Amino acid sequence: MKVVLQNLTKIFPGRSKKPDDVVVAVKDFTYEIPDGALVALLGPSGCGKSTTLNLISGLLDPTKGRIFFGDEDVTDVPAEKRGVGLVFQNYALYPHLDVFHNIIFPLQNLRGEAKLTREQMAERAKRTARLVQIENLMERRPAELSGGQQQRVAIARALVKEPRILLLDEPLSNLDARLRLQTREEIRRIQKETGITTIFVTHDQDEAMSISDRIVVMKEGTVQQIGLPQEVYDDPANQFVAQFLGTPPINVFRGAVRGGRLYIGEDDVLAVPGVPDGEVSVGVRPEGFVLRPDGPLVCRLGRVEVMGRDVSVVSAHDAAAAPTIRSIISAENLPDIGGAEVRFALKPAKVRIFSPETGERIRGTEL
Amino acid sequence: MTDTKKPLGALIGRGIVYLLLGVWALTVLFPFYWMLLTSVKSYGSYNAEYVPKFYASSPTLQNYFDAFTAVPLARYFANTVLFTVLTTALMLAVIVPAAFAFSRLSFRGKDLLFTAILSLMMIPNELVIITNFVTVTNLNLRNTFTGLILPSVTSVFYIYLLKENFAQIPDELYYAAKVDGTSDWKYLWKVMLPICRPTVVTVTVLKVIECWNSYVWPRLITDDPSYYLVSGGIQEIRENGFGRENIPAMMAAVVVISVPLIVLFLVFRRKIMEGVARGGTKG
Amino acid sequence: MENNGKAWLYLLPALVLLGVFMIYPLIDVCVYSVEEGYNSASQTYFGVGTYNYSYILHDPYFLQALKNTLILVVITVPVSTGLALFISFGLTSIRKLRDLFQTIYFLPYVTNTLAVGLVFMILFKKTAYTDGMVNLLLSWFGGPSVDFIDGPYWAKMFVLCFYTVWIVLPFKILILTSALSSVNEVYYSAAKVDGTPKGRVFWRITLPMISPMIFYLVITGFIGAFKAYSDAVALFGTNLNAAEMNTIVGYIYDMLYGDSGGYPSYASAAAIVLFVIVLTITCINLSVSKKHVYY
Repeated sequence: MKVVLQNLTKIFPGRSKKPDDVVVAVKDFTYEIPDGALVALLGPSGCGKSTTLNLISGLLDPTKGRIFFGDEDVTDVPAEKRGVGLVFQNYALYPHLDVFHNIIFPLQNLRGEAKLTREQMAERAKRTARLVQIENLMERRPAELSGGQQQRVAIARALVKEPRILLLDEPLSNLDARLRLQTREEIRRIQKETGITTIFVTHDQDEAMSISDRIVVMKEGTVQQIGLPQEVYDDPANQFVAQFLGTPPINVFRGAVRGGRLYIGEDDVLAVPGVPDGEVSVGVRPEGFVLRPDGPLVCRLGRVEVMGRDVSVVSAHDAAAAPTIRSIISAENLPDIGGAEVRFALKPAKVRIFSPETGERIRGTEL
Repeated sequence: MTDTKKPLGALIGRGIVYLLLGVWALTVLFPFYWMLLTSVKSYGSYNAEYVPKFYASSPTLQNYFDAFTAVPLARYFANTVLFTVLTTALMLAVIVPAAFAFSRLSFRGKDLLFTAILSLMMIPNELVIITNFVTVTNLNLRNTFTGLILPSVTSVFYIYLLKENFAQIPDELYYAAKVDGTSDWKYLWKVMLPICRPTVVTVTVLKVIECWNSYVWPRLITDDPSYYLVSGGIQEIRENGFGRENIPAMMAAVVVISVPLIVLFLVFRRKIMEGVARGGTKG
Repeated sequence: MENNGKAWLYLLPALVLLGVFMIYPLIDVCVYSVEEGYNSASQTYFGVGTYNYSYILHDPYFLQALKNTLILVVITVPVSTGLALFISFGLTSIRKLRDLFQTIYFLPYVTNTLAVGLVFMILFKKTAYTDGMVNLLLSWFGGPSVDFIDGPYWAKMFVLCFYTVWIVLPFKILILTSALSSVNEVYYSAAKVDGTPKGRVFWRITLPMISPMIFYLVITGFIGAFKAYSDAVALFGTNLNAAEMNTIVGYIYDMLYGDSGGYPSYASAAAIVLFVIVLTITCINLSVSKKHVYY
């Protein structure tokens, strides 16, 4: 089932309740989510991603805009009739019910023709439990489960009614680091197996990049960029997106373009054909640095951190926006690093230029 | 979801909710109204109303005057204030150090002692009041403030409440203070009590309410009306005061007795309700 | 860090007071209750045995007090808890006037039981001069006029129950409204997405979530109602035996002091009987609540 958002806007009254004091949580969001896709809504807290999710679930009404599930306009359909499965950030499992009864809770709400017999419910619950691999936990209560298990139960409860759309609100944020890796694979597998269109909200770019088919990057209620994970990483629409994605984060320098050449400070680092002259903001991915004795970018060496496969060279440059620059260099064929100075050449594919005022991407003919 | 989308049924439902809530609000308020109303009716006009009237045709303050002159209401009042203030102050002086010791200091047998004290919470007052009555009588403390106050100075429950709150203060603060050379006593006064002020206020307010309304113990321990508290006083007024039928004067006395706590409540409404929700019981 | 001496110093006042006014009396009351024929003037007794218990269990005043207390408990605990639940649920469902209602509902908590009891007495009493306020109300609905204070037993019991409920409701409403508002919104959102009907939300989510508080109220309600005394005094005066409205606690005090006083042994025996009853009921309550509360 594809999901279409048309000019979706949500405005909350501000704290003072004056008519002009409003908070625009989501602004003019238009996007068609393809059938069967796993889409991540990514952004820092307060960017409107959770609001968007609640608009799709029907828990909130949009101020403007329409929402379609397939060809059906569901904007005015109440949450309970939309057929969405929603997994809450803290799972919202009913503490007084065991796993089995938590899972069948939505089924017990069905009335009329959709009403299921006890056996059918048990069958459905069993099937869903098998899907998320919790068949052996059916008699436990939520308090007796680990975070990861609770998460699975929450997903099972969302899936058991065979929803048209699955929505997950920060599904991994309450898990520890190791479980997070495991669970995100799990979410991907379940989504693949069921083929259900899934939208999840996260502030963790790693999470978004690793499992989703599409990423929607949001900031202050506005969509910044929508695309394939690699595309958003490689080809960011603006400095915000470039900085939000990637660990370690992109290194930002104050720079200038003069006559088709890119300068960082006084260092002439790269040819940038087609970029007009002027001040720019330069982003260089950590993997975009190449150690070279005659490299044009001259930095003061801070320290070298060995990470096994790679080493991370921490250095400083007067034109850098941050006090340190972090570059990742393959540990193979590593030349000796020493002295007070380190020199880099830059890989053009890893250098992105932005307007220092608006943060918008400036494209040349090659970059 | 906005209100405009609400169907008619929901609106009617809401109306019924308000109606029922309103009925109970009236049930609560009516006795207060009636006591105010009756207290401003003159003796004559009250007794002339075979069918009670909902308004006073010629309101008078004479009853309030009578309440303070014909019976020693002012004395009951002063006794109660003294009793309440002394009991509450003494109680704080006793339970704060105890709670501090249980939460902050370490000594042999602490857990055992605390468990033992907690188990005392189960003991109803009725069980120990008999011996206390005999004890106080034997000590010749009947009809004294000492006798009135002493048994209600400790409260296991309030020690427990304070201790729990004290224990929530992170240990680091204590160690930091220690490193800075702060004495335990100073730490208690300068750090713990200010942090736990809400609980201290709660305990104080609950104790004040309890003292103001206490009836059973004072009734047992005092038979000299010059030591009566308001509860005992009102009973005395009812049975021997203005003459059994002077209801308006009685109501004036009731109003005078009720007003301090109601004012206290209206001023500290939020604090009191929070406090009671956290730790109060009635009775 | 061991600071034994200082710790005991901090504890000293509390321990001394607890020892004198709680622990010693606790032992003493048991001793009293088995000392037969204790004479409070000479402080002598004849022997040790269960006579005191057998005496009070055959004393018609005690049996009357027991009966009154049981009726009071059986009526007021369910009625007040149910009513409080009903009112709290109404309160949490509205927004306008909610603060006002909450404040009003709490008022009886801060009033003097004796003083307001006097008002209730006047509202319900029928005298030679007037039928009283409540009878006026009754007459509007065509009811007969009844003297609720000096009249038939059921009428007096009704007033006592009514006043008790009036007095205990504020606490229960307060506890339940705060319990209701502390139920995490997210459960209601989850239920809404799953299309759960309102009734089911109440029975399957709200009620189980606040069930610990309900059980707490039932347990404390039982304990409180068994100790009823001052509300009865407020309504019917200090001579409760004459009014047939005595309670167990009232009986204890009457035995200890007052017109029929001077029998601390009987009072002790009655207090222990009361304690055993309350303890038994509390244990039953706790074991029932273990089965139904899942926290």
